[in-house]
Amino acid sequence: MSSDTVSVIAIAGNPNSGKTTAFNRYTGARQHVGNYPGITVEKKGGTAHIDGKEVTLVDLPGTYSLTAYSMEEVVARRVLAEDRPGAVIDVINAGVLDRNLYLSVQMMEMGIPLVLTLNMMDEAEAEGLNINIKRLEELTGLKCFPAVARKGEGLDDSLRAALALAEETHGRTNPLEISYGTDLDNSLLDMTPIVENAKLLTDMYPSRWVALKFLEGDKEIIHRATMANKEASDKLIALTDKVTKHLKDTLNTYPEAVIADYRYGWISSLLRNGVLEIKDDVLERTATSDKVDAVLTHRFVGPLILIGILYLMYYITIEVGNIPLGWTQTFFDWLHDLAGDSIQSAALRSLVTDGVISGVGSVLGFVPLIIIMFFLISILEDSGYMARVAYMMDRIFRIFGLHGASIMPFIISGGIAGGCAVPGVMATRTLRSPRERLATILTVPFMMCGAKIPVFLLFTSIFFKQNQAFIMFSFTLLGWVAALLVARLLRSTLIRGQATPFVMELPPYRLPLLSGVLIHTWERAWQYIKKAGTVILGISILIWAAMTYPGLPESYHQNIDSQLALMAENTAGLPEDAHNLISTNLENSESSQALRMSYAGRLGTFIEPLTKGAGFNWQTNIALIGGVAAKEVVISTLGTAYSLGAVDPDDSSSLQQRIEADPSWTMANSMALLLFTLLYSPCFVTLVVIKQESGKWRWLFFSLFFNLTLALVVATIANQVLSA
Amino acid sequence: MTEINEPKEASLEKNSVAEPSPKAKPKVISLRKLKRGQSAIINSISAEGEMGRRIRDMGLIPGVHVKCMGHAPLKDPMAMRLMGFTLTLRNNEADYITVTA
Repeated sequence: MSSDTVSVIAIAGNPNSGKTTAFNRYTGARQHVGNYPGITVEKKGGTAHIDGKEVTLVDLPGTYSLTAYSMEEVVARRVLAEDRPGAVIDVINAGVLDRNLYLSVQMMEMGIPLVLTLNMMDEAEAEGLNINIKRLEELTGLKCFPAVARKGEGLDDSLRAALALAEETHGRTNPLEISYGTDLDNSLLDMTPIVENAKLLTDMYPSRWVALKFLEGDKEIIHRATMANKEASDKLIALTDKVTKHLKDTLNTYPEAVIADYRYGWISSLLRNGVLEIKDDVLERTATSDKVDAVLTHRFVGPLILIGILYLMYYITIEVGNIPLGWTQTFFDWLHDLAGDSIQSAALRSLVTDGVISGVGSVLGFVPLIIIMFFLISILEDSGYMARVAYMMDRIFRIFGLHGASIMPFIISGGIAGGCAVPGVMATRTLRSPRERLATILTVPFMMCGAKIPVFLLFTSIFFKQNQAFIMFSFTLLGWVAALLVARLLRSTLIRGQATPFVMELPPYRLPLLSGVLIHTWERAWQYIKKAGTVILGISILIWAAMTYPGLPESYHQNIDSQLALMAENTAGLPEDAHNLISTNLENSESSQALRMSYAGRLGTFIEPLTKGAGFNWQTNIALIGGVAAKEVVISTLGTAYSLGAVDPDDSSSLQQRIEADPSWTMANSMALLLFTLLYSPCFVTLVVIKQESGKWRWLFFSLFFNLTLALVVATIANQVLSA
Repeated sequence: MTEINEPKEASLEKNSVAEPSPKAKPKVISLRKLKRGQSAIINSISAEGEMGRRIRDMGLIPGVHVKCMGHAPLKDPMAMRLMGFTLTLRNNEADYITVTA
């Protein structure tokens, strides 16, 4: 181990123990967030300064235990074993000592040098708990400090002690050995020497601990041990099977359960041994929180408030978010014009304005939305309300293989028409169940996002004039139906697997700390800009190139030029208006031709046979291909394809007249187009965020191709049925 | 380090404000059956694998006092208080647990 491990201190603790608050207090803004390779668990690090020394801090994911079921636990255990921090500050919620010490015991079993930081001491005392810190130190042999992380109390003492401990132990101390009852103790006596002799993972873990993990049936450790030494591992498995059978026959239980019982037993005897005293006069603890819950999770009032809060979330994110969004758009339009005026070369001008500036604009355009959304979500999470949302909604979402907390991403993505799937997909961070989270990520793009709306407005204003509002509403509902049904489908096929246990803590309500909320929000926005931003910029240039190149042949330009010259001659006597009109028409037909000849245009023409069933011609196809860049583009590209010039999505009356007059547009194929627009591939910004949040490229491609296929099938059926 | 090993009684009797039941005989019932405000002691847990582990990690082990705090508006999941915190679990998860009420 390198010598600098001494100054690395890890922070561990249960979720809701105030661990993140402590970490924020230590590091302030000096922190960085990344992902552990290949998985979506956040890797948080930072630096703290104390007594003139700089300390590197690692914030472990919040876990209740160190088994290897959840990704967070695997990560926490690996960091402890392989990165070997010099010491660990274990942040404990003093009000829930028993359960928080369960994690501490497991770290002590691993031989990790610990400092216990008893957080929220003020609340614990107010609740009538009397904790004898000295006695706790005596019995555990660990340094323990009372703390109030929100106010920064007790944190320096913990860090100093952790540093001293790190220098003394260099990350390893004698593991705690407790009894797990006669049967298991005897098995451990047989198994530990086998582990020792075979040196089975003993470079990282204590030998008795490795044996214990075999008894617990810990898949990760057993797998790694088998890789290292199959013979020794088989012996250990045989011994485990023997005692497992014995326990089953005699006590109808199994080793893992017994081990957990004995750990808790150890903790409760410790607490009863003069550590914890509960004053009798305080009868009901967390009483205030219960009173709030009596209203917020009330049978009738609770759901009403929930709807109100969800609507408010949505309203602020989307409606208020659109204000700064407008500013960024104005700024980029200005930049677009500026560059357009100052660059001479046509090809370069097009690259800079339509490729780069539009691309950067579309990356940054989402930033205000993401910032506002995460700001609000952090408040809901830190206050404890998010857990109540999951609690109230779970019964419905579980039917579709999702989780109660899935509702938030759905709403933000357009569960109320007009959302956006980019912050929606990112909002799935609040879900801790991996399968439910992935199913949510993959289905939120079916929602009626704000960019789809102009397409709906245009076509409903032509073909469904009488009941435009009703159709819009129905399609918003249809988005929900599609998302939930696809979620159900995915959860019984590709993301199959039992529901992740819901077992969840409802933390007491707390006032969120502004600093924590701001740090959290900034981290997310920065991650989006840094990680998704580069990819999005690259793809938007690609899409620009596909819609621009190879361009029209030289002969076509000459043809147009000669027509213009001819026109100039023939129209010499006409007023300037008419002159302009004709030349605009010529230019528009030129851009229409250019679009048709581009790679995207050729693709659109090429796939016409495929989309014929749905009633889409090549113009529609190109528009839909352009829509992968951003759904608003469908309208403007359709305008270009119909030789109308680029149509403003917010004012598409010229396109409306053109389509009304076009006999190839009917109620049937316009309905098909709307269905297709609702369901087909997410825009590529969403696709990139899907990759980022799921951690795998394969889900990006899945979203692209599965959604396209689904949309095409649905649109074809609709067109055929309606035109029959 | 002091060795402490008294695993007989699994947990501390916190929250022991359980009102004495009017019916004298304690019965073993499913955790799901607890009414709002009713207290009980966990009797057994039959869940294995991931579910069993998650349940135990959260402190649900035999001998622990629990108090039902009610159910979600759609009657599922349920919320209960134990060891000084509130835990929710789905009704079908509560079925793995029996309590003495």
